[in-house]
Amino acid sequence: MFLINCPYCGERDQSEFTAGGEAHIVRPKQPTELSDDQWAEFLFMRKNIKGIQFERWSHAHGCRKWFNMVRDTSNDKIHAVYKMGEKPPIK
Amino acid sequence: MSKDLRITNNKFIDQTTRISFKFDGKTLYGFKGDTLASALLANNIHLVGRSFKYHRPRGIMACGSEEPNAIVQVGSDASMTEPNTRVTEIELYEGLEATSQNCWPSVNFDIGAINNFFSPLIPAAFYYKTFMWPANFWKLYEYFIRKSAGLGKSPTKPDKDIYDHRYLHCDVLVVGGGISGIMAAKTAAKNNLNTVLIDDKINLGGTTLFQQNECFKINNTYSNEWLKKEIESLNSLKNLTIKTRTSLAAYHSYNYLLARENLTDHLDINEKKDKVRQRLWKIRAKKVIISTGAMERPLIFNNNDRPGIMLSSSIKKYIDYYGVKCGQKISLFTNNDSAYETAISLNNSGVNVNSVIDIRDKTNSIIVKQAEELGIKIHWKSSIVNTNGYKKINSIEIMKLTDDGAAVVGEKIKEQCDCLGISGGWTPRVHLFTQSGGKLKFRDEDNVFLPDKSELDQISIGSCNGDFELDDVIKNSVTLTNKFLNVDNNDYENLEIISSKETTKKNIWLLPSDKLLSKAKQFLDFQNDSTANDIKLALREGFKSIEHVKRYTTTGMATDQGKLSNMHALGIIAETAGVKMGELGTTTFRPPYTPLTFGAIVGRNVGEFFDITRKTPIHDWHVENKAEFENVGQWKRAWYYPKKNESMHDAVQRESKAARDSAGMLDASTLGKIDIQGTDASEFLNRVYTNAWSKLEIGKCRYGLMLNEDGMVYDDGVTTRLGENHYIMTTTTGGAANVLSKLEDYLQTEWPELDVYLTSVTDQFATISICGPNSKKILTKVIPDLDLSDKEFPHMSFKNASINNIKCRVMRISFTGEHSYEINIQSSFGKSVWEKCFEAGKEFNITPYGTETMHLLRAEKGFIITGQDTDGTMTPVDLQMDWIISKKKYDFIGKRSLYRSDTIRDDRKQLVGLITEDPKEVLEEGAQIVSEINKKPVEMLGHVTSSYFSPNLNKSIALAVVKNGKNLKGHKMFVPMKNKTINVTITDSVFLDKDNKRLNA
Repeated sequence: MFLINCPYCGERDQSEFTAGGEAHIVRPKQPTELSDDQWAEFLFMRKNIKGIQFERWSHAHGCRKWFNMVRDTSNDKIHAVYKMGEKPPIK
Repeated sequence: MSKDLRITNNKFIDQTTRISFKFDGKTLYGFKGDTLASALLANNIHLVGRSFKYHRPRGIMACGSEEPNAIVQVGSDASMTEPNTRVTEIELYEGLEATSQNCWPSVNFDIGAINNFFSPLIPAAFYYKTFMWPANFWKLYEYFIRKSAGLGKSPTKPDKDIYDHRYLHCDVLVVGGGISGIMAAKTAAKNNLNTVLIDDKINLGGTTLFQQNECFKINNTYSNEWLKKEIESLNSLKNLTIKTRTSLAAYHSYNYLLARENLTDHLDINEKKDKVRQRLWKIRAKKVIISTGAMERPLIFNNNDRPGIMLSSSIKKYIDYYGVKCGQKISLFTNNDSAYETAISLNNSGVNVNSVIDIRDKTNSIIVKQAEELGIKIHWKSSIVNTNGYKKINSIEIMKLTDDGAAVVGEKIKEQCDCLGISGGWTPRVHLFTQSGGKLKFRDEDNVFLPDKSELDQISIGSCNGDFELDDVIKNSVTLTNKFLNVDNNDYENLEIISSKETTKKNIWLLPSDKLLSKAKQFLDFQNDSTANDIKLALREGFKSIEHVKRYTTTGMATDQGKLSNMHALGIIAETAGVKMGELGTTTFRPPYTPLTFGAIVGRNVGEFFDITRKTPIHDWHVENKAEFENVGQWKRAWYYPKKNESMHDAVQRESKAARDSAGMLDASTLGKIDIQGTDASEFLNRVYTNAWSKLEIGKCRYGLMLNEDGMVYDDGVTTRLGENHYIMTTTTGGAANVLSKLEDYLQTEWPELDVYLTSVTDQFATISICGPNSKKILTKVIPDLDLSDKEFPHMSFKNASINNIKCRVMRISFTGEHSYEINIQSSFGKSVWEKCFEAGKEFNITPYGTETMHLLRAEKGFIITGQDTDGTMTPVDLQMDWIISKKKYDFIGKRSLYRSDTIRDDRKQLVGLITEDPKEVLEEGAQIVSEINKKPVEMLGHVTSSYFSPNLNKSIALAVVKNGKNLKGHKMFVPMKNKTINVTITDSVFLDKDNKRLNA
């Protein structure tokens, strides 16, 4: 079970959080102008990387804030957490 | 108790307190401090179980958690009995009852033992291979196979014991209280670190606790005496918590560990009552020190599984710690020095050691010399090729090994014995390390897997880190601990250590026999009865991966998880396949390290504490009025209110009729309520609902449909505009939490520029819905000063009001199609207002109705229930609700998906009504719909989603989803059931009051 450093509350147990999938997928501003393929790319395609992955998490049973996490899925090491809208501190 | 099997001068067992217990129905005696294993051995009982496949007699083999054979059923009470318990871990208590498993009718005479004679016919995966065909028959075979296998019995009644969970946070957790763990814990605590030391045994000290031998000395005292003083010194340390009888079950990422503490298992049966039996500790440690030691390996030779064949180190613990002689004439078989420690202990306690059979050529370590000086006979470069004795070993056959160790030669020597100690070297307990994600490395020199790399803040010290000699253990533990904790502890700097050094090492995974391999029975996994032969067969049949061989032969898959068998299985695979062991890898060790009780896992979360139960503020009234309840998520909702002798059907028919004929009332408090405020609230609603919201006037309500980004209907409900920048949204009961978190998600991550605030107010309001032609008259009585005229208070509008000076919100909205009102009032007044409405409605025969009637009434009107008529694959177009999709809005959640190539297909399933040919015939929800009855296979066109008998229409009605349904109105279809086929016609989904006259009635 992870120990997650919520950017608003500090270190908390994983059981207080929910994972929200891949981060930095921006909802298209003009969906109506997209082709089916382009819209499907946004809607369905996710990376599911073995290694460094950028993820969305929510402190659902805490401050209810969404934030981003950089996690190595091969060993569950969390390299960084950062607020929504911020640039990832690691590439 | 056999007097001659106990030695009297013993420090650990209280021989003044006699304890009686029952084993297989027979009353026996032991002493306080005994385990069931030591007490049985003291009663000269070795045979305690039968093996899984061949039903061979099996005896106690070890003294700890690695015990593969001696698992028993404890207790006979239908609620407390526990199967698969290791006798080596059961502390003896007054009233203990244990019985053998996997044998019938008794452990001494077991019918299944006939399998032993057929064993050449039962190779690896025998059951899978034989009973594969015909596939349908497996159900039948399985019944009989399981019956004859019968590993223990589950309790048949709920567990009466109490279990607990607790959290624990510490700077340093030390797992394992042997010599290295004690030293590490002391170092940590002395350096102001909040330290916890846990051990699964009754007392700390590990094997050093009873190591009283000239060859192992610290500062000129026996190692056990030195350690005893160390243990005593722990009491003065304020930062140290010691938990004994606590077994570490799991080591997860981020140093999160689970440990089970046994609190009452050792108490007399009448002292256990009302106490917490086991406590599961959820530990978060900053640093973890693993000092779990090592376990002895068996040796793999012909007939190595007879009762009386035990691990050599266990024989030593039984004599040195428990004061129990495992036999009177003991032979020892080894490939390393540790069997000599056993030989010396036995000799010192007056037990006759026949001989030590050593596969090595010769060695001159000091412990071997000491044994030789005591006159103990040693067969060098020899192996045991066979053992005899059915229910207990009575003799062994010894032969010389060839130089390469691949065969045996020369004369066969037969030696009488009543117990055989075996020692195949040591396996570090790296289970916890690997559970935590650590990677292992292989040390060729003595064939051990050792901790290598880990991502976590942890170290392994002592013999679990591959240090097997006393001086190495102490020196390396001190160095590693100081470095890990970043402290400079010099308590152990100048210790003078005497330790016998092992100078010669030799290992043969599978010892040769004078018999052909196929005729020999060399057991690897004692509990699952896998032999070396099985492994070789699997390899011949083409299995290469260790994981596959394990599953095919079931080696290492029993309740002991192959603690003793895994290394030999790997060794034999590597040897046979001609690869290096390090390259082969190991199988995965998974938690728990030893089995946990279900009780410990669930803790207090049983019965009514299993899940939260949510009750509405009006709940007590429903109970008083004999409502039946249904679970909707965590909510208890009134389902229907049966009057005397009324069936559910009768009650629902009565309630439904009353609601349309005069008046009905429903507790709708469970509907999700989200308060939405902010200057962009209207814009926000525009984006989350399919319809337009900007022009909704203050004081008006509107029904909204919410989609997922994939265009599928997600939730629905009525939202009311309370003010310029203030709305109250209602959601479905089950969807409330998800809708809120979805909306929060969009607000925070996609549209942070919007000024909108969401607050769940579900629990803050009680909601009372009054419907029916007389609802207006009733509400006038309840709130006389509210103008209820259609002009002033039309359908889909809202008014602030007050009842007895308590403010409330009244909406004129309807989920039944009737003229209807919803009163929302502060929760604490919910019940009194409900009662007031009920009282006011009495003259109109107001009828409280439950969720079932609510479902029926809305189905008559063709109103959907998301989650019942939709299943995450329905778009608003599929629901034939095109009217609710705004054409003007540029975007809303899910809009783009509504014209993807898949969502605009004609042959999607669409919501329709169904009328049965026989109006009395009520369809089953979930029933399939087809257009032909004599065709096989027939295409499933759809299914029934809602179905009722409507008392107001006096006929059966149903909603269904049917392929291309919107173009099939008037078509006949069939609903095939088990015994009949029901003829139906596709209709419009609105059955009653198509032009909504009743809303304003």
